[in-house]
Amino acid sequence: MTRKLSPGVELDGFLLGDKLPSGGMASIWSAAKPGVDRPIILKVPFLDPGEEASVIIGYEVERMISARVSGPHVPKFYGFGDLAETPYIAMEFVEGESLEKVIQGAPLPVDRVRDIGLQIATGLVSLHAQKVAHLDLKPANVILAKRGAVLIDFGLARHAELPDLLGEESSMPMGTAAYIAPEQVLGERSDPASDIFALGCILYQMTTGREPFGSPQTTAGMRRRLFQSPDDIARINPAAPRWLRQVIANCLEVDRGRRYGDAAQLAHDLRHPDQVKLREAKAEPTPGKWLQRLFARKPAPEAVVGAGRAIDRSAPSIILASVFLTGGEDALTEQIRAETARLLAVRRDSRLACVTVWKTELIGQQPEIDKDGNSIYVKHLVALKDWARPLGLDEERLSYHVLEAVSAADAILEFAERNHASHIVMGARGSSALRRHLGSVSTKVVAEATCSVTVIRVAGDADNGPGDA
Amino acid sequence: MPRIAILADIHANREALDAALERLSALDADHVVLLGDLVGYGPDPAYVVEMAQRLIGDGATCLLGNHDEAVTKGPAGMNENARDAIRWTQTQLSDEQKGFLAGLPMQYAVGDTLFVHASAARSGAWPYVRDTAAAGACLAATGARNVICGHTHVPAIFYAARDAAPTRFTPLANKPAPLFTGRRQVAVVGSVGQPRDGNPAACIGLLDTGRGELTMHRVPYDASRTAHKIAKAGLPSWLGNRLLTGS
Repeated sequence: MTRKLSPGVELDGFLLGDKLPSGGMASIWSAAKPGVDRPIILKVPFLDPGEEASVIIGYEVERMISARVSGPHVPKFYGFGDLAETPYIAMEFVEGESLEKVIQGAPLPVDRVRDIGLQIATGLVSLHAQKVAHLDLKPANVILAKRGAVLIDFGLARHAELPDLLGEESSMPMGTAAYIAPEQVLGERSDPASDIFALGCILYQMTTGREPFGSPQTTAGMRRRLFQSPDDIARINPAAPRWLRQVIANCLEVDRGRRYGDAAQLAHDLRHPDQVKLREAKAEPTPGKWLQRLFARKPAPEAVVGAGRAIDRSAPSIILASVFLTGGEDALTEQIRAETARLLAVRRDSRLACVTVWKTELIGQQPEIDKDGNSIYVKHLVALKDWARPLGLDEERLSYHVLEAVSAADAILEFAERNHASHIVMGARGSSALRRHLGSVSTKVVAEATCSVTVIRVAGDADNGPGDA
Repeated sequence: MPRIAILADIHANREALDAALERLSALDADHVVLLGDLVGYGPDPAYVVEMAQRLIGDGATCLLGNHDEAVTKGPAGMNENARDAIRWTQTQLSDEQKGFLAGLPMQYAVGDTLFVHASAARSGAWPYVRDTAAAGACLAATGARNVICGHTHVPAIFYAARDAAPTRFTPLANKPAPLFTGRRQVAVVGSVGQPRDGNPAACIGLLDTGRGELTMHRVPYDASRTAHKIAKAGLPSWLGNRLLTGS
């Protein structure tokens, strides 16, 4: 089914150039396309007769995820070929140096370790924010480009909102032996924390010149990292500072409750070495200790809140959540809900007033029904109830309010004051110059409210929303 | 490459259909497929049939569902609530409308995708694609690579790799789920007029054949109004209550 490829062949508008060196799963071709000003590569999976099913699945996974991630820390995606004809993934050729090559020179100077570690951690922050865990982070999959570290090869990655084809296919550990996280060894493929463990392995290797757990060939060998700590870094490289050893130890925690909570925390420590909290040196671990550590984990905060603790009366009693739902649900309305849920969790007897503003030109001038004869008020109410439903609150903690107003900010402020709201949660879209000039609903509410206000903004959101909530 | 909107199991729910059609106008679909069960359970069968006929006039495709069939063939084999609703529905439709329902086709194919109300397997028996075994039987009964069906009122996608049993995935509301060219799949689209997956919002499927994606768009509507009409029509009140919870 695969077409014979050679330099000069045109494939879906991509003009093939030279064949580049590649691994065992796919051939890599340089390519160009009119209208695209940067070099492109086509990754063509080996799908010859007798191929392994895992090659197809890896291709499907990579295609699915490459098309859904963006930003400076991943290669730009240009398209794919149909599996029934000539399958390929077209992406930007990222110019830079492979970390696989750079790491040959380890131990690297501490500043270099820190710089590369920070670049990768920053890439992970972006990737994880897009709901993707890489799950095969290793030096060969990191390119040090001018714009920062670029993470490549999403063949084992996992997107939180998509089916896990690989996990369904097999419960064997998937990853690269030297960098795989303990939970992956046990067959789990859903936690971005696995990437933090892998980055810990890379930091260790850059600092010492050795892989922390070697490169075991068997699953049993990979399991050893569940109970055996790597050799002490200070003994291998006495020049490695205490803070760096602590950062690496925090990444390599078997217990994810003790590992960095997310990549942003790791990046923060790398950016501020003088602020790294040093823990006491651990006693030499013995087999079995990791299990005790697992069971010694502190209970999650939700469990504490739910465990009949006295009600914290300093927490907000009446929370006002303001949402605009005319365009349906989006990332902003989801995040307003998530923040509202966190506020509600603190105090079990708190109440939530869900508010949406129906903007009118002049009070009383607005038609009450739309062109199909449906009540506009009811439509707003229905959308508001649909927004609140995932909170799973008892009806007695909830109320819904559709406010008809010329000024959304005035309506929210007046409602909050009249109802003694103790906390307002609302959203803000974008931050364009025009918006700053005209002033936004949230700006006015923050300036004039007599209670606390939380303004939610979707990280990295450009000015693309229809209105300010 | 066409974008196909799929409306399954409307079940005579006028409020849900109106909300779905309003959202549909923003989805930029090239074609609309009504996946069967226009009537049954709900209080507005004549309105929904009329709307279906209007949509067909605009180029939509409409398939037969088991409730549509029961209007003319009788509700044998149905549970009590469904049976009561069919008997009531028979009194609400004109002969012309009953004739329209009786003449609906069982399936529709476009490219390598087959549309059918219940399953490609045992089409007259209306089996439910609720689990991987039923999905496997459905795929075994057709040469089509993809089957799009409804009937269970619970959104699901069953993926089948070569020579392997299908696996189940529950697509998230409003998030595109992939369909793979290297696999076969059965996608069960949720119900417009009587959702049963715990989310009371109406469900519309949008199949984007160019991108290889299927999205279950959820559209909230005023279910309490429909429930009120169900009670007023003398239909079993449970049929209205379940609309409020989506169960």
